[in-house]
Amino acid sequence: MKKEFQIISDLIENNTRVLDVGCGDGTLMKYLKDKKNVDTRGLEISKDKVQICISKGLTVIEGNAEKDLKQFPDSSFNYAILSQTLQAFYNPERVIDDLLNVADKAIVTIPNFGFWKVRLDLLVKGTMPVTKNLPDEWYNTPNLHMCTLKDFFNFCSKKKIKLYKSIALHEKKTSEISNFNLNLKNFSSELGIFLIEKKYEN
Amino acid sequence: MNAKKNIKKIIIKKPLKLDCGETIIDYPLAYETYGTLNDKKDNAILVFHALTGDQFASDTNPITKKPGWWSHTVGPSKAIDTNKFFVICSNVIGGCMGSFGPGNINPKTNKEYGTDFPVITINDMVNAQYNLLEFFKIDKLYSVTGGSMGGMQVLQFVANFPDKTKTALPIACTASHSAQNIAFNELGRQSIMADANWKNGNYSYLNSSPDKGLAVARMAAHITYLSKKGLQEKFGRKLQEKDDLNFSFDADFQIESYLRYQGSIFVDRFDANSYLYITRAMDYFDLTKQYNGNLSKAFEKTKTKFFVISFTSDWLYPTAENKEIVIALNASGAEVGFIEITSDKGHDSFLLDMPEFLKTVKNFLEANY
Repeated sequence: MKKEFQIISDLIENNTRVLDVGCGDGTLMKYLKDKKNVDTRGLEISKDKVQICISKGLTVIEGNAEKDLKQFPDSSFNYAILSQTLQAFYNPERVIDDLLNVADKAIVTIPNFGFWKVRLDLLVKGTMPVTKNLPDEWYNTPNLHMCTLKDFFNFCSKKKIKLYKSIALHEKKTSEISNFNLNLKNFSSELGIFLIEKKYEN
Repeated sequence: MNAKKNIKKIIIKKPLKLDCGETIIDYPLAYETYGTLNDKKDNAILVFHALTGDQFASDTNPITKKPGWWSHTVGPSKAIDTNKFFVICSNVIGGCMGSFGPGNINPKTNKEYGTDFPVITINDMVNAQYNLLEFFKIDKLYSVTGGSMGGMQVLQFVANFPDKTKTALPIACTASHSAQNIAFNELGRQSIMADANWKNGNYSYLNSSPDKGLAVARMAAHITYLSKKGLQEKFGRKLQEKDDLNFSFDADFQIESYLRYQGSIFVDRFDANSYLYITRAMDYFDLTKQYNGNLSKAFEKTKTKFFVISFTSDWLYPTAENKEIVIALNASGAEVGFIEITSDKGHDSFLLDMPEFLKTVKNFLEANY
């Protein structure tokens, strides 16, 4: 299992209810179910991947996060996971909103567009960046709304979303992101993993 | 008719109060089984049939001598593997394959019930079939499944008996019959009743048979089970054993000939009054209304694990209606998976050899056993 999933799994308490949005072949769901006794549900857009999940005994709904998150009642999960797909939505803002409605907390991971290799590609080559985490060309990428770790940080503060934990990942090395090292982490990390919660006004 | 005498039946002694208010008692329920019930009695799957189905889901139907209606799905090593599971399927009440229906003799008049048969509902069908659990001494089924009207029975079963099945697999169905569905059913019923041989439903007693009306009903319904694309690919404008148009009203086109054939073979195996009663039961089906407009209340108490399947080209029970079931189940906190199978074969897809569909059924049933 990839390091990102290990970090996500560590953020999740045992015996909770988790919705994995864009659950893929169910690797993370299966791990959470088997190792942490988590009651998991998945939402996945690819029919083939839904089939793989069914064969693993996982409960998955074929659907699109932008339309199908609303079917779940408010706070029906302890956590909602969104792994590296936020940037592919038409309206990421609304998806985050929906995530924080259906679950008490959300774990969102983001490929960092502020990573130095990405910046270098654009700066030196003058072409849209192609990296290990962003392997597609500009003309066939599913990513519509790329952002940097700093962008997501700012987004959360603007939207009054509480950042419980912010973790930077680079080549299997993890580190905590804070206001003090944000600029550095935004430069040196490929991936950001955020545990967030809606902050209520009163 | 001798073959019909060998049909397995139980006589239900327990009175059943029907939705229409009448109570029935000592009525027959015809059934068939496939596979073996294990010692723990935890491998039983109750299969519900659709409008024109019967208890002969697999193997060869002893009456029609054709393969059972779900023989692609049910059998040894198949999607519903009878090497592992014990499959029970029974003829719905209102039907014409041995269960209590309008063709039975009314003891009060000593002739067939005809339209004196009480109007039955999906709820009544399910409550009647529930007696099979007692008969086989099964405390809890492993699964309930069925497509179309069979899927409606699945939903009703879990609503009525929330802790009597571990899993449920409703396929290509709806929680509430749409205006379009009612309209097509009404077309079929009017076609039967417009046949002079129907004789207000007393045709058996009067030695006649509304074959033409029933055949037309079947032809119209058959179109709704297919898709435009499927029809176009299979038939297009191909002519039936001729090189040119006949300038007549013969079956010039293959599609005409096909529909006529479907209509003609249907009347040999199905009863016109049963067709009226069963379509009526489907039309009356509105699980949402049964729970005061909130479908999720129907599943509030259940721990049954659901998987809902729809087909892309099914315009009779479209994906949107199947998804409403998924949404209601999610709203009630039930465990539910869902997939829409890509197929251009229309509503009929669930009866066909459709690998993606069969794989889904097999994977769901086996991964959760």
